[in-house]
Amino acid sequence: MVPMQDMDDLLNAHPFFAGLSPRLLEELAGCARNERFDAGDYLFQEGGVADRFYILRHGQVAVEVKAPHAGAVVLETLHTDDTLGWSWLVPPHHWTFDARAVTLVRAVSLDGVCLRGKMETDHELGFHLLSRFVPVMGERLRAARLQMLDLYAPPGLTPPA
Amino acid sequence: MGAGQPNSGGSGEPGPVRLLGDGVAALMAVLRAAGREVIGPTVRDGAIVLRPLKRPDDLPRGWHDRQEAGLYRLDWEDRPTRFAHAAPAQGWKRVLHPPEACVGTAYRGGIASSAEGADAGPDGPCWAAPEASPPLRAFFGVRPCDLAALSVLDGILANPAAGYHDPAYARRRRDTLVVAADCASPAATCFCAGMGTGPGVGDSGFDVALTELVEGDAAVYLARAGSPAGAALLEAVEHRPASDAERAAATDQTVRATKAQTRALPADPRAILARATEHRHWADVAARCLACGTCTLACPTCFCATVEDATSLDGVTAARTRRWSSCFTEAFSYIHGGAVRGTRGARYRQWITHKLSAWYDQFGTSGCVGCGRCVTWCPVGIDITAEVAALSETRPSHRRRGPARRPVDGSATPRRRKDDPPAP
Amino acid sequence: MDAAAAAALADRLTETAAAARLPASLTEGDPWRPRPFRIDRWRRDLSDTFTVDLVPLDGPPLTFAPGQFNMLYVHGAGEVPISISGDPDQPERLVHTTRAVGQVTNAMKALRVGDTLGVRGPFGTPWPVEAAFGHDVVIVAGGIGLAPLRPLIHAVLARRERFGTVVLLYGARTPEDILYRAAVTAWRGRFDMSVHVTVDRATGRWSGPIGMVTKLIARGGFDARDTMAYVCGPEVMMRHAAQALIDKGVAAERLFLSMERNMKCAIGLCGHCQWGADFVCKDGPVFRYDRVAARLAQAEV
Repeated sequence: MVPMQDMDDLLNAHPFFAGLSPRLLEELAGCARNERFDAGDYLFQEGGVADRFYILRHGQVAVEVKAPHAGAVVLETLHTDDTLGWSWLVPPHHWTFDARAVTLVRAVSLDGVCLRGKMETDHELGFHLLSRFVPVMGERLRAARLQMLDLYAPPGLTPPA
Repeated sequence: MGAGQPNSGGSGEPGPVRLLGDGVAALMAVLRAAGREVIGPTVRDGAIVLRPLKRPDDLPRGWHDRQEAGLYRLDWEDRPTRFAHAAPAQGWKRVLHPPEACVGTAYRGGIASSAEGADAGPDGPCWAAPEASPPLRAFFGVRPCDLAALSVLDGILANPAAGYHDPAYARRRRDTLVVAADCASPAATCFCAGMGTGPGVGDSGFDVALTELVEGDAAVYLARAGSPAGAALLEAVEHRPASDAERAAATDQTVRATKAQTRALPADPRAILARATEHRHWADVAARCLACGTCTLACPTCFCATVEDATSLDGVTAARTRRWSSCFTEAFSYIHGGAVRGTRGARYRQWITHKLSAWYDQFGTSGCVGCGRCVTWCPVGIDITAEVAALSETRPSHRRRGPARRPVDGSATPRRRKDDPPAP
Repeated sequence: MDAAAAAALADRLTETAAAARLPASLTEGDPWRPRPFRIDRWRRDLSDTFTVDLVPLDGPPLTFAPGQFNMLYVHGAGEVPISISGDPDQPERLVHTTRAVGQVTNAMKALRVGDTLGVRGPFGTPWPVEAAFGHDVVIVAGGIGLAPLRPLIHAVLARRERFGTVVLLYGARTPEDILYRAAVTAWRGRFDMSVHVTVDRATGRWSGPIGMVTKLIARGGFDARDTMAYVCGPEVMMRHAAQALIDKGVAAERLFLSMERNMKCAIGLCGHCQWGADFVCKDGPVFRYDRVAARLAQAEV
């Protein structure tokens, strides 16, 4: 277990939390803990209870979906400093995809139940957390849309404009 | 093109001269005697077109044209005039920058698709350029708008300051003499006056400039030289100095032809088009435009071309042919996967924006000379002057429902729209 | 007019007209003449993409600057604009990488070693190399867009000491679609260059990143405020990559991209490749981003 003060520093150093006040960092640190995954471990799996999110301190995670005959199709990979998971924010709080460690992964997880409880009463915390999640979601959506275009496909395969 | 200074001919006579007798017949005879193919206006298939002329009677004596948006008609009266018409159906680019011209022939073995079966080795012929010597020509009766168009084409295809040029065009141009003629009878589609290209012939760009005047029941001609070659031509025909009255008649005729023009492009179309890139009016044009490309064929400055390949049956020679092409076709902007400009609105926007705006950036001048051909020959009567006017309208042309915006003057009363119900 | 007078007039007209009108240089030359080159090496890069090494049959090698293109002529089939992909410091081998997507490129794909091709060029504006001296260099490629960037990579590595950090960010469709795999692997092994490759989709055998190349830009690894960036790929990819670079702090006037349009003549006379007021063949294909950003966002220009 990391001492609380160290967790404050750890969160403070992460770009996702940049600019948060010491009070809010302390609130977040109260819901946070360090985690470590070996290559091949699942951080979470589709359908499981989405009770946390991760900020990646080191390593690579594949977000994937199992499909018949295709095995696991990797939708995207996430890397050091990326944020992973927002199903904890959206009822019914179930994971929609799998997340698998491709390499050794060191991450900080934040407990979703703990955070949801605090956000209910502490709207300032809720505001700051959501205003950090929305751009991440927007960026992922943009990347997904561009991927959907299959930009580098041979011309015949490009979806009509 | 620096065809010399006005009146710089060697005849020593300042100002215009009056040709004696039938001056036009005399000038044509001299040109033909000097080995020139004379090309000029003549009536063919119900229109005035530019064709080789064998004799003065080939000129459209007594004919005049009626031109409106989407309309062209010829009428004949017993009049002595030969140049009482506006822009002929086609411009002179048809001769100088032909609709179809071989740019060269490739030989298998030189540039072969396969080494197997090659007729000539690497040292054999690989490429033959077409005939380098065009015929000697004289353009006869060139309208001022078309004179401006020649200058525009020169600036694109034979510009010494540009990095590239078209030598075949330059050779044809070099071997062409230009006999221009003032325009006394503009059509309703003409707007050269506003473009500054007519209706009078300016000071340069021609070898000889003619003015046709009517005296009683005869046509008489004033002429001035615009180059040493023009001066040499005038020396070879009978003439006397023009009288003050004749000069005044020529000036009056040009003033009347200026006043007779009703169409004009709005001032500064560049600024209008720069603001109009996403204008609702493009969709309006697109709904009418057939994307037939007639405007680009009729336009005397549209120069775009493609190159097509045709192989002989034995596969030995492959001719490469340059053909006019039109930005209104889908293939024009094709890159692998599809056309860049897929809609008619986008193609019309490309054409008019190139013509009236990008042309300045590319060649330092407008691509439009005000000849009105695109207006006349458009099968649905799309009018470049009217379209620019509509594009200058800052209020979207599309009718919209929604809350009325405050007027730009800041007053509280909403501005009435045409489609609003009348105020109670 | 008698015959002698007519002949004298004809001579005078020809002399005075020719002298007054055009510099002789304008009536000479043949811009359409292709030079014959022999295919010295042919190799398949991807299922639809191949590379030819060409040597001239009629004279000196064709020197070029990174980013320029040639018109390649296949006998009877036609001519296509193809960017040059070789090392500008080794012009004796003219290298072209082509994707077979149309009639001419498919005919070219059927050629083999010993066959000849016609070449006109080089044409167009180059990637500015010297302007990056003393700065970090970020090269962003998407798909076959790596081909026009390879001469730039050669040129930069040949003068490696003149630049700061050198980064190549490359997005491909799948791991099997990575162009110049051997070269990319070799670049990756260098200590003086960082190479990141991402793919749009992959099976589990691929352990690298999956996602858009824009994510590689966001991850950084260069001093954005002191960076020259070069982008080539499909237009949509270039728009988003340019925005990601700008968001990162790269100056718009230090960002260059290479455009593709229909080209028939390559010398600004046929009109096909117009993009706004520019002819892509002679005013491009390499453009400075700040000069074209507004136009890039517009459809059907």
